[in-house]
Amino acid sequence: MTAAEGTRLEYATAPERLRPQIDASYGLFINGEFVEPASNASFVTTDPATGRKLAEVAQGDERDVDRAVQAAKAAGARWSRLKPSERAKYLFRLARRLQECSRELAVLETMDGGKPIRESRDVDLPLAAQHFFYHAGWADKLQFAFAGATPKPLGVCGQIIPWNFPLLMAAWKIAPALACGNTVVLKPAETTPLTALHLARIMQEIELPDGVVNIVTGAGNTGAAVVNHPGMKKIAFTGSTDVGRHIMHSLAARDIPLTLELGGKSPNIVFADASLDQAIEGVVSGIWFNQGHVCCAGSRLYVEECIAEEFIAALRERMARLRVGDPLDKNTDVGAINSAEQLERIEGLVSCGRDQGAVLHEINDDPLPSRGNWHRPCFFTGVEPSHTIAREEIFGPVLSVMTFRTPEEAIRRANSTPYGLAAGVWTDKGAKIFDIAARLEAGVVWCNTYNMFDASSPFGGTKASGFGREGGRHGLRAYVQLAEARS
Amino acid sequence: MLARRAAELAKRSIKTTAKAQGLRMAVSMLDLTTLEGADTPGRVKALCAKALYPCPEPLAQPVPMVAAACVYPRLVPVAWAALRDSPVKVASVATAFPSGQSGLDLRLRETEAAVAAGADEIDMVISRGLFLSGRHTDVVEEIRMVRAAAGAAHVKVILETGELETADNIRRACDLVLEAVADDDEINHGDVFLKTSTGKVSPAATPVSVLVLLEAARAHARATGVRLGIKPAGGIRTAKQALHMLVMVQETLGPQWLTPTLFRIGASSLLDDLIRQLLKMEHGRYTGMDEVALT
Repeated sequence: MTAAEGTRLEYATAPERLRPQIDASYGLFINGEFVEPASNASFVTTDPATGRKLAEVAQGDERDVDRAVQAAKAAGARWSRLKPSERAKYLFRLARRLQECSRELAVLETMDGGKPIRESRDVDLPLAAQHFFYHAGWADKLQFAFAGATPKPLGVCGQIIPWNFPLLMAAWKIAPALACGNTVVLKPAETTPLTALHLARIMQEIELPDGVVNIVTGAGNTGAAVVNHPGMKKIAFTGSTDVGRHIMHSLAARDIPLTLELGGKSPNIVFADASLDQAIEGVVSGIWFNQGHVCCAGSRLYVEECIAEEFIAALRERMARLRVGDPLDKNTDVGAINSAEQLERIEGLVSCGRDQGAVLHEINDDPLPSRGNWHRPCFFTGVEPSHTIAREEIFGPVLSVMTFRTPEEAIRRANSTPYGLAAGVWTDKGAKIFDIAARLEAGVVWCNTYNMFDASSPFGGTKASGFGREGGRHGLRAYVQLAEARS
Repeated sequence: MLARRAAELAKRSIKTTAKAQGLRMAVSMLDLTTLEGADTPGRVKALCAKALYPCPEPLAQPVPMVAAACVYPRLVPVAWAALRDSPVKVASVATAFPSGQSGLDLRLRETEAAVAAGADEIDMVISRGLFLSGRHTDVVEEIRMVRAAAGAAHVKVILETGELETADNIRRACDLVLEAVADDDEINHGDVFLKTSTGKVSPAATPVSVLVLLEAARAHARATGVRLGIKPAGGIRTAKQALHMLVMVQETLGPQWLTPTLFRIGASSLLDDLIRQLLKMEHGRYTGMDEVALT
């Protein structure tokens, strides 16, 4: 056979060159202005891809949270009685301004969090804007969301968000709360506070009434102060299951609604009759999107045993094509790990996987940058259901590949986990999809796709993955109290 | 996931050195095509001259010749005379292009005639009528027979993806081509191409349809080690589209496919935009279309 060797098309570096204005230091956003924290303490936020310091950010404590709650409460008196169509206007304005600023916010998100610019540009920012648009639409139509009942605001909502989708999670939390007439005290994650603070600036620009949204930055203690403040009428938390348990414990004696969106160990089930090329793409998107820092990451792959060898070979080949490196390069697929602490956790679990006898598959071609936090995308085969890497959430670019023989076994294995956030099913047989999707214990089941998000689609978990939904009509329910309509 | 993956690959940023390389690569992979009722010997001569010298002015880094000139069978002798001393191949459509709606004997005779007149490559159409009526074995058989009639000429099998409509149908049609070549022990890399469209039906070479072809070729290479060629054709008019086709090939099949032996783009006006982009990179500004020798 004659040789026919092609030439590689060498992608030149394609750096995003825009640099947002980053201040040397940021205060707390309380009652419409940036203020110094009571303690005058601050912490540093860095670029995880370089280790470079980006800014000093105020460390809020109980006193600051109290100030924020008082501001939110005072603002709530007017905001909750504002004509709903006027509330909608503010949200529309916020959404439009977010779109206008999306390029600089995307860069800022990538610099502060390490995710590839391709994702912050094409996923985080468009979805964040969509959430504001979507909920702006609901603001004056709430009575149609809850037939036979009159929805009323709850009051001040305490919201704590994680570091994996910082701005998007802020949008998920703030948009429905405001649409329903509540006011907000938001606590961004310690490693990624900047986009929320820039969102606060947008709120100033669009002249959102002072105190409707307050942002108190800080670490775990600040979050605890938010949860424990007696003025809170609702707590919403997205983050780890451990912290979620702690919050639930703290609120056990208080009669306020709580929603928790926690960890996951979501199964992706691939049947032999699936379109395997598409399933590979779904698996890739499931586990290597955002470096695997995704609560619904498809981190357990179950492949029907008869196609396992072929599928794993194809997965290896596809994994080798992922471009790992500078998150600001437009051609990067996998960026930096969010923090040194998270990297250590991932590395610990990977070595645990090795120690317990699983086989690590990793690409070792491109050198990783010498500074910053990096972990190559990888997967394990030879994983047994009892292995730690088959049970514990890794929250990194690490996939555990296992097999099954029959649909019943697939369902049994997929459900054998404390978590229940998401699941994926891959088959070209429609009847099988309906049967299996209905029997998977997960808040979200994706069929022949994965990691699809939309403001109109409720998202949330069961079991140790939490309760409550965000997005859609279901998401509104968490931000209203329902009084029986007078007939 | 097909549409998602195609959209993702279309977002690759191909700039500076990558763009310079990719534009030249695309020129070298071009099947410069004229398939009009109004085609004349004069028109084909002009096309062939452009195939040999795509760029009217010498650039610091030379612009390669295109891979082939693609014409109707009656004009093959003209193209052959113009290109016989060059590495540029003569490709001819045949088999009752574009519809395929003639008897198989006529279609085979047309193939033989085109090869006898000097065609190095035959762009055949499958009978979509047979395919859509479920007569898949007949489609396999007609591909085998056209290949036999084409002799040493390479065969590009046009599926007319726009008429097959769904990705499932396109993949099934690809699989019929794979089946038709499966028992050929003598086959070389690039002897047979999967080609999307005639250019006479819209939609033609959409990113999704091209991705389906690429995945089929990947499956075939994994199973047999044989590399089938890929040729998107129809609707590719801009350099940006062409660069993204290269990206799709590289990231689906691998860089070993980035050679004119295994990848072609069928187009008529695309070359003008490729040259325009090359001139822009050379001069740092866009030239008017007057600077590009239109055919």
